[in-house]
Amino acid sequence: MTELIDFISNNIQMIYIVILMIFVGVEVIGHVPAVLHTPLMSGANAIHGVVIIGAILVMLGTEPDNILAQALGFVAVLLGTLNVVGGFVVTDRMLEMFKKKK
Amino acid sequence: MEYIFSLEFIYLVASITYILGLKMLSHPETARRGNLIAAVGMTLAIFGTLFLHHPEEVATQIYILIGAAILIGTIIGWAIAKKVAMTKMPELVSLFNGMGGACAALIGLIEFKHYTGDSLSIVTILSGMIIGSISFSGSMIAWGKLNGYIKKPFRIPKYNVINNVIFLVLILFAAYITWSGSSSQLFLYLIFFGALAYGVLFVFPIGGADMPVVISLLNSFTGLAAALAGFLYGNMVMLTGGILVGSAGTILTFAMCKAMNRPLANVIFGGFGETSTDEDLGDSSSVKGDIKKTTVSDVAILMNYSRRIIIVPGYGLAVAQAQYAIHELEQLLTSKGIEVKYAIHPVAGRMPGHMNVLLAETNVDYDKLAEMDAVNPEFQNTDVVFVVGANDVVNPAAKNNPSSPIYGMPILEVENAKQIIVNKRSMKPGYAGIENELFYNQKTSMLFGDAKSVIQELIAELNSM
Repeated sequence: MTELIDFISNNIQMIYIVILMIFVGVEVIGHVPAVLHTPLMSGANAIHGVVIIGAILVMLGTEPDNILAQALGFVAVLLGTLNVVGGFVVTDRMLEMFKKKK
Repeated sequence: MEYIFSLEFIYLVASITYILGLKMLSHPETARRGNLIAAVGMTLAIFGTLFLHHPEEVATQIYILIGAAILIGTIIGWAIAKKVAMTKMPELVSLFNGMGGACAALIGLIEFKHYTGDSLSIVTILSGMIIGSISFSGSMIAWGKLNGYIKKPFRIPKYNVINNVIFLVLILFAAYITWSGSSSQLFLYLIFFGALAYGVLFVFPIGGADMPVVISLLNSFTGLAAALAGFLYGNMVMLTGGILVGSAGTILTFAMCKAMNRPLANVIFGGFGETSTDEDLGDSSSVKGDIKKTTVSDVAILMNYSRRIIIVPGYGLAVAQAQYAIHELEQLLTSKGIEVKYAIHPVAGRMPGHMNVLLAETNVDYDKLAEMDAVNPEFQNTDVVFVVGANDVVNPAAKNNPSSPIYGMPILEVENAKQIIVNKRSMKPGYAGIENELFYNQKTSMLFGDAKSVIQELIAELNSM
């Protein structure tokens, strides 16, 4: 029990963010028309590409002689970039077609 | 003032762009700008991290590696995203989602040994790794299925039991590592491969009709994995972005389930393929009657003398790449003074909104796209319903056959129209693998053939009238 309390008090800011963000996510998407379900899913897909930041942090923290970690980190950054770039470009392509409507 | 150039401030700006971006993505007029705004925020966050995060002593070689990875990833990602046909969008989203999951899994794999003994961090790392791996292998299977590389929903006997056992073992291993403070790389890799296997088994048995739900679910998984990595580093932008997608993705998943009237548990733990093969084969024989075939010229005449026509597009339209042809047909009919509309079922195709995306490509008028609830009362005043490559979304069994696996799913009530023309390639059942009694309806005529060529013939025929 004390561990739980400690955990909460040590991370109180992040816990606030988590809780608020959950509600923001629900609210923001709440009334999306079915027309936009696919682009929205695709856009959200691009946003979770933010995980690439983690991959970059990992790379910046690898020891110079740890080739395995560097190789894995390289792949991680590459895959993260694919997620981000591919995700945003695909979403844009989908929405480009919607835009021409008046 | 200097604070503006600090990493924290950049992360704050990036987080705001994600929220704004998602918000704007929910409205047709602002969607594209929203996507762009989020992309700008992401770029800021990435380059901010690269240039403003200064751990002690980073070798130049590391920066070169990161730069190279970003460059290669950008080129490949851009090329794939630009090149792939619009009909393949669901596959693409699944593929890119898998990349993000893999990225999260690799982070866990590398960081594990740096945090030995710190049980909170280890729990975070292991959870992120497990969720990321499941998301990766699951997305790859979904991608393969949608691409047609993997044909049948394949069920090993007792797959539910096996799945649950694997998951339990994963949790036990993870718990053991956490409590014991072990730094065993062997256990780490066991968990990694176990999670990959779980992802495969998780998606493999799920029927094609449920694929969009699975992709959306895996999408929110990846968001969660990103958030866990953010928690590990105390990195705000990863935390906000990840949680945002995790919660928005979950809501979207439930919205999709609701459109199909199926509880999420049902989608995941099966029922679709199984019930249809067990019970429905017996049932469908009673459905069987005579189907009526028709020809292009008969349909052309019928359409020419109609006043109101509703087109029901489905996945067959996407496969045949017939979206331009159908648009041409619709314009031709409109020019003849016939009232033409599209009836869009929310889960027609392989993704919610798939038909909208497809038809938008051809510049179809927004007003001509009618959503299910709006269009259902109109069928009874409609002369001809033209069903192009849709099947399960117009299957009356969803309304009147309680033993049908799709019972309860809201459908387009096309059987109320005066005449129904169904274009299909063959009598093969739809993605859900069940018979459709609509085809045996007295008012229904079947027009077999590839959607694109059939529609083009129709246009030629109508033009000569």
